[in-house]
Amino acid sequence: MTLLSVKNLRVSFDTEAGLVEAVRGVSFSLGRERLGIVGESGSGKTMTGRSVLRLVRPPGRIEAEEMRFDGQDLMALSERDMRRLRGPRIAMVMQDPKYSLNPVMKVGDQLMEGLRQRDRLSRSEARAKAVAALEAVQIRDPERVLEAYPHELSGGMGQRVMIAMMLIPNPDLLIADEPTSALDVTVQAEVLSILDGLVRDRGMGLIFISHDLRLVARFCDRVLVMYKGRVVEELAARDLLAARHPYTQGLLNCLPRIGGDRGPLPGLDRNAEWAR
Amino acid sequence: MTASLPSSPWAGRLRGLGAALFSLAATLLGLLFVTFIIGRVVPIDPVLAIVGERATEAQIAATRTALGLDQPLWQQFLIFVGNALQGDLGTSIRTGEPVLQAVSRAFPATLELATLATIIGVLAGVPAGVLAATRPGSLADHIVRLVGLMGYSMPVFWLGLIGLLLFYGVLGWVGGPGRLDAAFDMMYEFEVTPVSGMILIDTALAGRWDMFVNAISHLILPAGLLGYVSMAYISRMTRSFMMNELGQEYITTARVKGMPEWRVIWVHAMRNVLVPLITVIALSYAYLLEGSVLTETIFAWPGLGSYITDALMVNDMPAVLGGTVVVGVAFVLLNLLSDLLYRLVDPRAR
Ligand SMILES: Nc1ncnc2c1ncn2[C@@H]1O[C@H](COP(=O)(O)OP(=O)(O)OP(=O)(O)O)[C@@H](O)[C@H]1O
Ligand SMILES: [Mg+2]
Repeated sequence: MTLLSVKNLRVSFDTEAGLVEAVRGVSFSLGRERLGIVGESGSGKTMTGRSVLRLVRPPGRIEAEEMRFDGQDLMALSERDMRRLRGPRIAMVMQDPKYSLNPVMKVGDQLMEGLRQRDRLSRSEARAKAVAALEAVQIRDPERVLEAYPHELSGGMGQRVMIAMMLIPNPDLLIADEPTSALDVTVQAEVLSILDGLVRDRGMGLIFISHDLRLVARFCDRVLVMYKGRVVEELAARDLLAARHPYTQGLLNCLPRIGGDRGPLPGLDRNAEWAR
Repeated sequence: MTASLPSSPWAGRLRGLGAALFSLAATLLGLLFVTFIIGRVVPIDPVLAIVGERATEAQIAATRTALGLDQPLWQQFLIFVGNALQGDLGTSIRTGEPVLQAVSRAFPATLELATLATIIGVLAGVPAGVLAATRPGSLADHIVRLVGLMGYSMPVFWLGLIGLLLFYGVLGWVGGPGRLDAAFDMMYEFEVTPVSGMILIDTALAGRWDMFVNAISHLILPAGLLGYVSMAYISRMTRSFMMNELGQEYITTARVKGMPEWRVIWVHAMRNVLVPLITVIALSYAYLLEGSVLTETIFAWPGLGSYITDALMVNDMPAVLGGTVVVGVAFVLLNLLSDLLYRLVDPRAR
C-alpha cells in the first residue's frame, strides 16, 4: 500500500549564475509510515518536499520519471486538480514560521481560512475547530492566540500554530519540514506523539525533515540521507546511529553530545564521489 | 513558552494617538513659522503694496501700525499665529476679500479634481501593477511599463492642450475649460447650496443631475489627465511591491493550504502590499493637491493653484501666504490620515 512513489526527481534553477541543480535524481516510496529525511543545509530536503506539492517557484523546474500519489500521476495533473490535493490530501508544515505565516493576518484567520473558504463552515464552527487544533498542540490560551498576529508569537508558538494549521484538514500525507526544532523537550514529545497517532490510527503518511539525527532515529521508520541533491543512503531508522556511510557518520559526529568531551567540532567529511 | 501578547491594546493606541496629535501641532506651528519668515524676507514691502507708491509719510506710518509692523518680530509672529488660529489669514490686496473666504472657494475645486484623479489613478494603477507583477516579462507587463513610462515623461501641459484640442475642440465629447458650461455657472451660484464646494457632491445633494452631468464632462479631461500621471506612479510601485511580496514564504504557505491564486494575490499578498502602497497613494494625492497648477491654468480651473499663481503675479503676498498655509495644512492632514491607515493595515506598527 504505497501512498507516494517518487522516481528520479530533479529540481533545477536556471539562474543568471548558471544552472543550479538542487535535487538530482531522488527516488523513494512511502507507505502509511514515518519517513525521515536528513542531510546538511542546502542538500535539497525542502526542495524534495515542495516538489511533491509542485510548489517550487520559478525559475525552479521540477522533473520526474514518476511522481505518483494515491494512484494519481502528480506530474500530469492540471494545476486546478493539483490545488484540490493541497491542504486536505497533502499538506506541508513550513520550515520557518517566522516567515511562513502572513505577517498582517490574524493567526485565527489563517488557521480558519481553509475551513471557511473550502469547507464553507460558519465562523463559529471554524473557530471551534481552530481552538481544538491549537489545544491539540499544547497551546493553553488558544482564544488569545487566535486574536494575535504572527509577530506576537514566540518561535515555538509559531511552529505549533503552523502544525495545527496543516493538520486541520486531516491530510493523508504530511510533509513536516523541521517541525519541532524550536520546541522544548516536553512539547516536542507531545507534538511527536500526535503525529505518531495520526500515522498509526489514521494511516497518514509522514515525511519528517530534520537536522536532528537522534530524533529521527528514535521517531521514524526509515531514513533518507541526502547530500548535494542526492540520496546517499537509505536505511531503517534504528540503524541510523550505527550508519557506516562516511557522510552519515560525519553528520552524526557533528551532533553535540550532552556530557561528551568538548573537543574541537569535527569538520564534516565531504567526498565528491558520494554525490555521483 | 507563552506568546507575549500586549496587555491592553488601548493603552498603546492612545499613546500613539497622543504622539500623533503632538507632532501634528508641532508641524502646523512649523508651517506657520516658515510661511511667516517667507513673508518677511521677500523683497516686497507690504505697506507699499497696499498704500501705493505715492502715499504720504503719515499714510505709510498709519498702515505700518495697522499691520503691526512696528512691533518686534516675535510679537508679529504671535499675532500671525493667533490670527491664523482664528481663521484670519489676512486680506487680499488684489481683491480686498478675506483670504480665507477666497481660499475656501478655490480649495474645493482643487480637492475635487485631485480626489477624482487619485481615484482614477488607484482604480487603474493597482490592477495594472498587479497584472504586471503576476506575469513578469509578459506582453501585459511590457504594455503596463510603457504606458507608465509615457505618464512619467510626457509634459502634462502638452497632453492637456492636445486633449482639449482633440476632445473638446474637434470631437466635442467633453466640456471645455472651467468647472461648468457658462449657462450653468450662474444657475449653480444661485440655485445650489454650497455644502462642500465640490460641484459633484453639491449638485448631487441638490438633485440637479443636469448640472452634475455637465460638471463631469468638464472634470473628466483634467481628472483623467492627472489620473494618468497618478496611475503611472501607482502602477509602477504596485508592481514592485507585489513582486516582492509574491517572493515571500507565506505566499507558499497559502498555496500549500490549497488557496486559489486570486486569493493568494488579492488577499494574502495585497494586504501586505497595502502597507507601503498607502504612503505612495498619499504622496501622489498630495502631489496632485499642490502641484496641479499647470493643469488648472490650461483648463481655467478656479482652484488653489490658479489662485496662488494669480496672486503671485501681482505681489499679493497675504493671498499667496494664506493659500500656502492651506496647502500645507492639507498636506499635514493627509500625512496624518496615511499614518493612521498605515497603523490600521500593519499590526507591527501599532
Ligand atoms: N531560487 C533559487 N535559486 C537558486 N538556487 C536555489 C533556489 N532555491 C533553492 N536553491 C538551492 O537549492 C538547494 C537546496 O535547497 P533546500 O532548501 O532544499 O535545502 P535544505 O536541505 O532544505 O536546507 P536547510 O537544511 O538549510 O533547510 C540549495 O543549495 C539552494 O542553493
Ligand atoms: Mg530546508
